[in-house]
Amino acid sequence: MSKIPLQFRHNGRDVAIFVDGGTNLLVALRELIGDMTPKFGCGQGGCGTCSVLIDGELHLSCLTLAETVAGRSIETLDGMKQGPNLHPLQRAFADNFAAQCGYCTPGMLMAAKALLDRNPSPSREEVVEAISGNICRCTGYEPIVNAILAAAGGRASA
Amino acid sequence: MTRHRGRGMASINYPIGMNLGGDPSQALVHSNPSGKFTVALSSIDLGQGMKSVTRQICAETLGVPVEDVYVDTADSDTGPHCMGSFASRGTHRVGNAVMAAAREARGVMMEAAAEELEVNASDLDTDGRGNIHVKGAPHRSISTKDVAIAAQFKQGKTISGRGIFLVPLSNVDPETGEMSPATCYAHACLVAEVDVDDETGEVAMVRMDSAYELGRALNPRLVEQQLVGGAWMGISHALYETPEPYYPDPVHGPRDFVEYLMPGPGDICPHDIAVLERPAPDGPFGAKGPGEMCANPVLPAVANAIFNAVGVRIDDLPITPEKVLRAIKAQGGARPQSRR
Repeated sequence: MSKIPLQFRHNGRDVAIFVDGGTNLLVALRELIGDMTPKFGCGQGGCGTCSVLIDGELHLSCLTLAETVAGRSIETLDGMKQGPNLHPLQRAFADNFAAQCGYCTPGMLMAAKALLDRNPSPSREEVVEAISGNICRCTGYEPIVNAILAAAGGRASA
Repeated sequence: MTRHRGRGMASINYPIGMNLGGDPSQALVHSNPSGKFTVALSSIDLGQGMKSVTRQICAETLGVPVEDVYVDTADSDTGPHCMGSFASRGTHRVGNAVMAAAREARGVMMEAAAEELEVNASDLDTDGRGNIHVKGAPHRSISTKDVAIAAQFKQGKTISGRGIFLVPLSNVDPETGEMSPATCYAHACLVAEVDVDDETGEVAMVRMDSAYELGRALNPRLVEQQLVGGAWMGISHALYETPEPYYPDPVHGPRDFVEYLMPGPGDICPHDIAVLERPAPDGPFGAKGPGEMCANPVLPAVANAIFNAVGVRIDDLPITPEKVLRAIKAQGGARPQSRR
C-alpha cells in the first residue's frame, strides 16, 4: 500500500513523515515522530488524554486523521516547557498536586492551555467547562481546577 | 418538579491492611559510596505518594537529609516482596518495613563512624544534614559520605539494613467467629448534602464536610490529595459507576467511557476536610493510612442524604436516577424527612 507524504509543524519544528491512509494523528505523533506525550487512553474520543492543539484549537488526536493536519501547526505537551523552565501551567499543576498517576495530565494541560490562550482570566465555571472532556480518576478534579485558576491568576499579576 | 435538599451522615471504622498471611512487606536499605542511600522495595506507587512517604520515613530514621535517599521500587525482580498497594496499607506496612531496615542500616553507619572517630557508637548522633558527630561536641564530626567511603574502601563494611513488617495472623474463633483483622484502624465521619430532583431522579452533590482520623499525617499535602480524590471516587461509586447495571444480568453493561459513567469536573462539590492526628502506636512515626478508606464514608452519607431529601431508602449501588424515580413512585411521591 502506498504511503502518503505529510508535512506539518510539530511544536514549532517542521516535520515530514510518510503515513498510511487512515492513520490517526495520535499514532503519527507517537510512533512516527516519537512524541510520547499525547497518551492513548480509550482511542475513541471519550477520555481526552490524547488532546493536542491544532492551529491553537483543542483536538482529540485519536479522532483526527493525520492527513488532515498537512501544513498545520500541532502543539503537544512536549513543546510546553521552555528549555529548563516549566510552563506556568505545569508549575501550577505541581504546586497544586493536580497529578497523581499522571495519565490524564498531558490532555489536561493541553485543554488548560487552549483555554488560557484564548481566555487568560477564566471563571471557575469556564475552567470546569474547558476540562469537561478529560477524564481523571485520581484527583477528584478539584486540584486540577485550582491549578488552572492559579496559573491564570499568576499570569494576570505577572 | 421539585428539587429537594437532603443531608446525610456516615461514620466509618477502617482497618489498615488486611489479615491474610499476616500481610507482610519487606524493605532493604543500603548506602552508596556517595553517602546517599537507596531503599529497595517492590511496592507500587500509583501516584498516591508511597515513594515520597517511604523516602521521608527512611531519611528521618537514618538521620540524613531527605535528598540523600532514593527509593527504587515497583519491580518484583529487584525489590524484596510486598503484598501490594491496597487496603490503605502502604504507609503503615511498607513504612514500618522501611523504618526497620533504616534502623538496622543506621546501626551499621554509626558503628562505621565510631571506628573513624575512635569513639563509642552510642556516643554519636546524626544532625539530619548529612553529618555524624559526638554528642555534645558537634565539631568532632564526620560526614555520612566519608563514613560510606570508609566503610566501602577501608573497613569492608556494608552499611545496609533489612526490614519486614508482619502482623501475626489472627485466626477466627470457632465459637464466636471473632477475629482481629488488623492492628490499626482509621476513622472518618462525613456529612453530605444533596439535591434530589423528584421529576428526573437526578442527585446533585451540594457539599461535603468531613473529618478524618488517620494517625499522624506524615505528608499533609499528600494526605489531603488522597482525601479529595478519594471522596470523588466515593461520589462515583454512590451515584455513577457500575460495570453491571442490571446485575446479575450482564446485558447493557458499559463498553466505553461514554457508557461507563463517572462524575465530571462539573459534578463535584465543595468539600471541607478536617484531619485529626492521633498517632497510631504501631504506625511508622504514628501514621495509619489515608488510601482506600477515604472513599468509603461518602457512599452511606449520600444514601442517607437521599433518604433525608425524598424519603426513599436505596440500598443498591449506584443510586441511579432510575432507581430514585422508581422508589419515589412506589411510595407515591417524594416525602422529605425532617432536617436537623
